[in-house]
Amino acid sequence: MAFRDDWMRARAVAWKDLTAERRSKAGFNSVAALGITILVLFGFALGPDAEAIRAAAPGALWLAALFAGVLAFNRSYQVELEGGALDALLLFPGSRRSLFAGKLLANFVFVLLLVAIVVAASLVLFHVAVPPTWPAMLLVIFLGAVGLTTLGTFYAAMASRSRAREVLLPLLLFPMLVPVLLAAMEATKALLAGDVMRDARAWISLLVAYDAIFLSATFLAFDAVIEA
Amino acid sequence: MIRVTSDSADLAIDARMLARRFGARWVLRGVSFTLGAGEAAGLVGQNGSGKSTLLRVLCTLIRPSTGSASVFGADLVREADLVREAAGFFSPVPGVYDDLTARENVRFAATMLRRPAADADSSLERVGLSHVADDRVRGFSSGMLRRLALARLIVQQPRLLLLDEPYNNLDTEGIALLNDAIRRTLGRGGAALVVVHDVASAMPVVGRWLALREGRVEAIAAPPPVLDAIGPPSPSPAVAVR
Repeated sequence: MAFRDDWMRARAVAWKDLTAERRSKAGFNSVAALGITILVLFGFALGPDAEAIRAAAPGALWLAALFAGVLAFNRSYQVELEGGALDALLLFPGSRRSLFAGKLLANFVFVLLLVAIVVAASLVLFHVAVPPTWPAMLLVIFLGAVGLTTLGTFYAAMASRSRAREVLLPLLLFPMLVPVLLAAMEATKALLAGDVMRDARAWISLLVAYDAIFLSATFLAFDAVIEA
Repeated sequence: MIRVTSDSADLAIDARMLARRFGARWVLRGVSFTLGAGEAAGLVGQNGSGKSTLLRVLCTLIRPSTGSASVFGADLVREADLVREAAGFFSPVPGVYDDLTARENVRFAATMLRRPAADADSSLERVGLSHVADDRVRGFSSGMLRRLALARLIVQQPRLLLLDEPYNNLDTEGIALLNDAIRRTLGRGGAALVVVHDVASAMPVVGRWLALREGRVEAIAAPPPVLDAIGPPSPSPAVAVR
């Protein structure tokens, strides 16, 4: 019963966030534009060397997702802070974890859409062919997005209580995301090259472990960080 | 230390030496009072006296630094979820989502409170917003936003109303709607603690008055003197000061 109630609340929070985002469009448009701009700048910086561009593509892709994701995570709590909605949200009875689950779900959908756009833009801008290992690539994108979103949503909640949240969030988040970004980039690189050395499996295992550990830890710690 | 007690055995609020500080500044310095079921108390005090902080502590938005309190027997810290079930907080800011419609805002609250969606629709009708139920909140006036927040409170049907300057931006009809919601809560055996500057609007429902001075609660017999022309408050239920 408690799980059902929590799931209903999480779904309601996710629906609310995604509906508000779909209507305002301000957040997604600016975040997607930032992601594509980063890729274009990488393209110019690397010049016409096709080999260098292809080698840099995985890094550019995940860095674009990271920077654009940070904007999205900040915004997801900014909406709550405008007009005092966060207080109202925290006063609903029931587990605070359902709020985190709802925010996480909405941010995950948001980041997944963002990564889809960034990947599509990367394929075009960096002249990267869809590799035969694309199902494994989808898994890497999924796992990378889970890791990025889990910590992003958690630290955005923590930073939301601070006046300097825009500065605080990257400071807290970036060091913690090094393992997931490294694993996602290396796995993407290996898969784009056809995974001839069977490197991708180890990086994907690291992503799975990272996601499992931080999903559990953030759910356990959310009550403490959201309390004033 | 002055303590205000009520004869009621069923206590909506039982605060004991509640204190809260922000940094080095103590905003509440040992607040002790009780509020019985069926009672509505008005809380007055100067700006910065700690009225809003007291309400935010009582609704579990912030934790007390020291002291304890219970709401209908549930401890503020150890049983915060039970307190949230029992208490409804009406904040000076509406706490609604601009890009959702009025109906979606109240239905969202209904889902979070495990109430049927039909309650959301009937509460919008009760506060006079059914004609704009499908409009986005972004274009609403301050008064309409207050009514929307009231609709959400009606959906919750809390046993204890914690109202922070609830009459701000409400027109005469809105004030009557709010007072009706307070009366209904009292009629169900609930209670209300109302932070007011607009004492006249609260007169019809508030039975006793408390004042916050220098972070402590004192019982007062009448609202501030500046409002003498309005008339005395309603007869107070048994209130003992010791």
